[in-house]
Amino acid sequence: MAGRTITRADLSESIYREVGLSRNESAELVEAVLNEITEALTREEVVKISSFGSFLVRQKGQRIGRNPKTGEEVPILPRKVLVFRASHVLKDRVNAGAGGGR
Amino acid sequence: MTKSELIQRLAQRNPHLYQRDVERIVTTIFEEITAALARGDRVELRGFGAFSVKQRGARTGRNPRTGESVAVEEKAVPFFKTGKELRDRLNAS
Repeated sequence: MAGRTITRADLSESIYREVGLSRNESAELVEAVLNEITEALTREEVVKISSFGSFLVRQKGQRIGRNPKTGEEVPILPRKVLVFRASHVLKDRVNAGAGGGR
Repeated sequence: MTKSELIQRLAQRNPHLYQRDVERIVTTIFEEITAALARGDRVELRGFGAFSVKQRGARTGRNPRTGESVAVEEKAVPFFKTGKELRDRLNAS
């Protein structure tokens, strides 16, 4: 059942079909959407897409890690990570579609 | 930023498009990603990140209130892995 990988090209193809923009402009719009989300996240805004999910930036503190090869202790610097939380609608669709669950 | 704010910002930057079309563009993108995940496909957006579905096996859970054991069926959960470029941009400042 699993297998295919969807890319930007597939997304712009659906915009071309659904909205009727040129292929070029459809591709530009996919990029524009991703850029707008990226910019909001770099400003540390929460990006909340209803019935899809939300993206939020979390600040991680410094901690001591270990180089698994040498066993040497190395500090892992404080950093920001992006967290995606799927909405219930998305979770339900993924389960219904996979034929399992509920 | 909510979905409607995203639509507004895109509409402002693309004054040649109807707001209605911008709405359909945004809806189509998230609908396509959702449909792909529902089929069990992966969605890979280089530089941004990749959406995939992970299978969680059946397990015995516990009702936290009563401590009673309950069977939890296997299920699929959506997963997002941040792309390298986006991760770097978040830490650039």
